[in-house]
Amino acid sequence: MLLLVSALNFGLIFAILALGVYISFRIFHFPDITADGSFALGAATTTTLLVAGWSPWLATSAGLLAGMLAGTTTGLLHTRFEINGLLSGILVMTALYSINLHILGRSNVSLGDSATLPKTWTNLSSVLLGDSQRHNIFGWTVGSQDIAVLLFMTLMIFATGIGLFLFLQTNLGTAMRAAGDNPQMIRAIGASDKRLLILGLALANALIALSGALLAQYQEFADVQMGIGMVVWGLASVIIGESLVGSSRFGILIAGTIIGSLLFRMMIAIALRCGLNPNDLKLITALFVFAALVAPRWLKSRSIAIPKSLGGGSKVGSDH
Amino acid sequence: MLHATELHKTFYAGTPNEIHSLRGVSLSIDQGTFVNIIGTNGSGKSTLLNAIAGVFFVDSGKIELAGHDITRYPEHRRAKLIGRVFQNPFSGTAPSMSIEENIALASRRGKPRGLNWSLNRQLRSEISDRLSLLKMGLEDRLETPIGNLSGGQRQAITLLMATWHKPDLLLLDEHTAALDPRSADQVIRVTDEIIARDRLTALMVTHSMQQAVSLGNRIVMMHQGQIVCDLSGAEKARARPDDLLGRFDAIRRSEQLTPAVAELLRRSYI
Repeated sequence: MLLLVSALNFGLIFAILALGVYISFRIFHFPDITADGSFALGAATTTTLLVAGWSPWLATSAGLLAGMLAGTTTGLLHTRFEINGLLSGILVMTALYSINLHILGRSNVSLGDSATLPKTWTNLSSVLLGDSQRHNIFGWTVGSQDIAVLLFMTLMIFATGIGLFLFLQTNLGTAMRAAGDNPQMIRAIGASDKRLLILGLALANALIALSGALLAQYQEFADVQMGIGMVVWGLASVIIGESLVGSSRFGILIAGTIIGSLLFRMMIAIALRCGLNPNDLKLITALFVFAALVAPRWLKSRSIAIPKSLGGGSKVGSDH
Repeated sequence: MLHATELHKTFYAGTPNEIHSLRGVSLSIDQGTFVNIIGTNGSGKSTLLNAIAGVFFVDSGKIELAGHDITRYPEHRRAKLIGRVFQNPFSGTAPSMSIEENIALASRRGKPRGLNWSLNRQLRSEISDRLSLLKMGLEDRLETPIGNLSGGQRQAITLLMATWHKPDLLLLDEHTAALDPRSADQVIRVTDEIIARDRLTALMVTHSMQQAVSLGNRIVMMHQGQIVCDLSGAEKARARPDDLLGRFDAIRRSEQLTPAVAELLRRSYI
């Protein structure tokens, strides 16, 4: 049960990352590698501020804003300086590694006794569940903090998912979707596809940094390396979600992405439980994403019905 | 209304592929005029349209539209004044989005795009009303993704989007060239109706001599980056497809002659 709850908690935290990756990779078809840097940036910023005694909500918001800034930078490199999309992300990600080291002061910072969101949530939910440190659920004992995180992270994911769903139906949100779908069309009806892309990357990386900030608080430390492989993790969740829901409607895809993240974490937890060497985790993840990307085309060539294939590559500003 | 003055544009300058696409094109169009542009392949007619739309900046010259000097406006800023329909039916709409979402996007042309709902009941009913004027049965399929529609249907919707708010200038870049004859006729009918109804100023590039003589009230013929012929008024009304083809032939003949004449002169002088 403890394994299940903590896997769910990780899944919920990474679902926010997955939603960010969904925005850049699926809505904008932009291969945004910034994520690896902005995830750690969110964690580093929030951790440092928490250690300095900031309130958890403020520190977490600051982490989110830092991610937004990182995304904006990538967007500007791509649109203003016309650097290839993938390279723009790599440049920002690389720069962020040093920046994160500066923010943290060293490569690994523990949160220790500092206030964190999970601790705040535990206090809040103790009003509901009583003061005891352990709770008995269906015969299993679970720490009160894990239960509180599960509760509040579920709320948070609902709020983020629904918020994103509603946002994508506003004038600005539809313009963003159109900019990803057909940049030429959005220019022809009077909106700047470049500005929309910058905004989209800012939003995506804000979510990714938020995810990093929450993870740091949940595991009570931040590490400058913690962002490595995050793009691939996010993509894995998006891909699992897509194949689960088998729909191209964005509302359903948002739900699918969240469920995909939960399932992916669950699979990893089970694999680790079954004796998978933690060192192999990223290799396995990469292989999994590779298989998920190649399988549709392979199946198609053998004429088996499959969900629509996955593609990438930026279109913005390159069709002059 | 539109004043383009001495437009020059060279692509791939300084390379063996250098193309001088626009060689001093000047064109003035009065409000409410529907101009057809015809010309041989590579004559610069699409280049002229793209120069006006802002797909690229001209090397020299000036473009004024509705009192604005738009020469250095980026494409999306010009789009506040200009409606466009492209040759490729895939270019003008977002395929994964629904008919109503696409049109709702166009209904915000020239307006800020904020956090209001892009669709509401009032806009939906207006979209449905205007779609029914196309007589294509699209008003019952508001939520269908554009990607599921035929080329003709897409072009009709793109046209509706381009003219949702009366644009100062409508640019049509061979917008029926990629369609089958029946769809092309349908789209041309709708084009003519909308331009007449809203008294739009329009610039249409076409390959079809038939379209050029039967539509609009002015014909501009381009060749090698220059305007070689400009018919309006009674002259335009009298023009027949054969006359236009005759003029093309005359241009071709004179072209073939020129190098030969040059050679003759060279020989006699050296």
